[in-house]
Amino acid sequence: MSAARPAAARLRVLPLTSWQATLLLVERNAITYRSEWKLFITGFLEPVFYLLSIGIGVGQLIDTFEFNGQQVPYAEFVAPGMLAASAFNGALLDSCFNFFFKLKHQRLYDSVLATPVGTGDVARGEVVWGQLRGGSYSAAFLVVMLLLGYIHTWWAVLALPAALLIGFAFSAMAMACTTWFTSWQDFEKVTLVQVPLFLFSATFFPVTAFEGWLRWVVECTPLYRGVVLCRELTTGAVSVESAISVVYLLVMGTIGLVVVRRRLGTLLLT
Amino acid sequence: MATAGTARTPAAATPRAAQAGRLSTVEAVRRMAPYWLTVSLRTWRGSVVSAFLAPVFYVVAMGVLLGGFIDSDPARLEGAPTYLAFIVPGLVAGHAMQTAVADTSWPVFSNFKWNRVYDSMVATPITVRQVAVAHLFFVWVRVTVVCAIFDLVVAPFDVYAAWWSPVAALGAQSLTGLAFATLMYGYSCRISSDAAFGVVFRLAVFPLFLFSGAFFPVANLGPVGEVVAKLTPLWHGVNLSRTCSLATLEPGTALLNVGVLLAVAGLGAWWATSGLERRMAS
Amino acid sequence: MIQARGLRKTFGEGASAFEAVKGIDLDVRRGEAFGFLGPNGAGKSSTMRMIAAVSPVSGGELSILGLDPATDGPAIRARLGVCPQEDTLDSELNVRDNLVIYARYFGISRSDARDRADELLELVNLTEKARAKVDDLSGGMKRRLTIARSLVNRPDLLLLDEPTTGLDPQARHVLWDQLFRLKQQGVTLVITTHYMDEAEQLCDRLVVMDKGVVAAEGSPADLIRQHSSREVAELRFGLGDGHDDTNPHETHAAGVAAYGDRVEVLPDRLLVYSADGDAVLEAVHGRGLRPVATLVRRSTLEDVFLRLTGRTLVD
Repeated sequence: MSAARPAAARLRVLPLTSWQATLLLVERNAITYRSEWKLFITGFLEPVFYLLSIGIGVGQLIDTFEFNGQQVPYAEFVAPGMLAASAFNGALLDSCFNFFFKLKHQRLYDSVLATPVGTGDVARGEVVWGQLRGGSYSAAFLVVMLLLGYIHTWWAVLALPAALLIGFAFSAMAMACTTWFTSWQDFEKVTLVQVPLFLFSATFFPVTAFEGWLRWVVECTPLYRGVVLCRELTTGAVSVESAISVVYLLVMGTIGLVVVRRRLGTLLLT
Repeated sequence: MATAGTARTPAAATPRAAQAGRLSTVEAVRRMAPYWLTVSLRTWRGSVVSAFLAPVFYVVAMGVLLGGFIDSDPARLEGAPTYLAFIVPGLVAGHAMQTAVADTSWPVFSNFKWNRVYDSMVATPITVRQVAVAHLFFVWVRVTVVCAIFDLVVAPFDVYAAWWSPVAALGAQSLTGLAFATLMYGYSCRISSDAAFGVVFRLAVFPLFLFSGAFFPVANLGPVGEVVAKLTPLWHGVNLSRTCSLATLEPGTALLNVGVLLAVAGLGAWWATSGLERRMAS
Repeated sequence: MIQARGLRKTFGEGASAFEAVKGIDLDVRRGEAFGFLGPNGAGKSSTMRMIAAVSPVSGGELSILGLDPATDGPAIRARLGVCPQEDTLDSELNVRDNLVIYARYFGISRSDARDRADELLELVNLTEKARAKVDDLSGGMKRRLTIARSLVNRPDLLLLDEPTTGLDPQARHVLWDQLFRLKQQGVTLVITTHYMDEAEQLCDRLVVMDKGVVAAEGSPADLIRQHSSREVAELRFGLGDGHDDTNPHETHAAGVAAYGDRVEVLPDRLLVYSADGDAVLEAVHGRGLRPVATLVRRSTLEDVFLRLTGRTLVD
């Protein structure tokens, strides 16, 4: 048949490796973002505004907090919390709203899966894209922290991969949950989880504000692990607990990714 | 044509609309009330979390838990006995703004762009201006109800200094909501893509919420920051709400606060109605 | 190109299971245009999705391009073009980027993808709209873009699910012309449709599907010859005095039955099948019956469908 169409000889349709297929989704998202650069730039400002408002504005009413035996000024205490929380909020925004839009409204993946690209590639591609975007925000935020003089240790360099890990864990898990959503009304459930996690994960105050079993519960929540991990890194108070947080978030992200892949198959390949 | 019709067929005589040449705005709003009521009844469940629970979480996290680490020094808290008493009226005023702009952003844009409810409304004797007024009126009612419930919920936490405090504070919050509803409404009518909302939320609404004195005394922003903060309409709402709540009203400042909010609402009403007229004409 | 034996598709399990495709046999040959004709819910789209290797086979055998969809999904999809029933264009990308990015999903290099996109935009007359947003295109333009997108990898096999549904008559003819050209270039076409005229225009061979099974198979002309008469006389009768709700066509059916090979009663008309439609009309008038409207036409696939299933296609 290609003899009948000599032009076909020029067009090479090559088998994709899984990594290439993943990056194609990233490429697609990057192109859509070209026209939304304002949204991209302004997204970075959110944690900075929080840091300036709560960290500095409210911080003037608070002296210092004790963290792992060190006295930490309030702004320096809040900043790593904001780093973690912004990775968390960004991951939820991407993986709930944007993912839902693409999955159910735009039906983007229906057409993608009609090509050699598979469900695992879609899941990985969306997560990688989310981390590129979130990671650039985190890096910029760390620079802001450095400029404001909130960083005194080299451990802080590792706060960037830590923020990426938080983003990965929440992106994958949130995408997995989103596959069960049926309408925009379901996003109230996201708010119901997002706001308390954001506010009560020791982001704005030490976990000692909670007592007894409540504190135990907070210490088991994923964002708390992320916040504490970032705080341990930016203040240099790294401990065994940091490793626990890393494993916790890695497991969470991996489970999420597997679920997303299987759910996409159930939803779209029936 | 209307008279000819009514003369011949008795069935057509019943709708008074046929005779009325021009509708009064009050009558127009009354006619749109069933629509807005139905919409609110159908959707209130979907907004329970963001309208009520989320601000309660903020009060508990910031006011109670973080407040537990803040000295209860009225001199540093604009006269509030505790940080909780300081932050609650500010948070509610800020929440009034956020509810108002949320209700006048995508919902308005959708009404002329996607589900085109406005088109069907102006195909009746109702005018475009009346459509805008009615929508704003119902947003205003909703914001006021949300704030009222909120004020009631926090009442047991000892945040009001006088018996009239909650009522007066609600007035301040309601007025704040109205002012921002009109501003956002006019903006929504003038943008071409809904992507513009993301930017305005991040660059205007969110910084206003964080820096207009809801969370901390604007004096903490330094002399220049303080002046800038006091130029924003939200600060006037927050300040009025707080001084009512703490019963520390000064006549001059209070009048200024009310005046600014009324002026913004008035200007906003013109901005909103002219915006919708322009949009529907294009 | 496609071979199916006893192909089945079941959704759900246990008591709530629904069998959309109940064991069908197909052979689609290289270079032909093959059609699935049937009403909504006949199992056409389910079959198409299995052929597109995006829907697992529930039973029977299916081979596409000589490959097994269960194990060689990506390899099959690399050589397929799919034009789904609903346009699933990427509304966040402009017209040209829709094609470029889609080409990239096939592993086509960036520069080849750009060349291919421009070539296809030319083919479907959308070059001027290259930078436009997808949402600003008309229905016909979106459809053309979806077709262009399905051609991006120079497929050996092109699957078109209801390609002209929702298009105005002019846009349909433009599309038919383009599909005809593709067929001449040697692309194998598989088309589902519930439009008889579309099936007659485009398909060399087709199967009539109803309730998950193949009711008949053959070329459009063969099917008409086998299952219908040469001509049809359509008779429409008035509602009479309007006091009873009975269909006047029911009442008249027995009376005219003798003039044709077969009579079908529809809510709004009677169809009398005969080799000579005009003779039927004459006989009807001769008997003193006065239909309010009459029409003599050639048999179509619609008549075949009516014969095979007792139902009309669009209802």
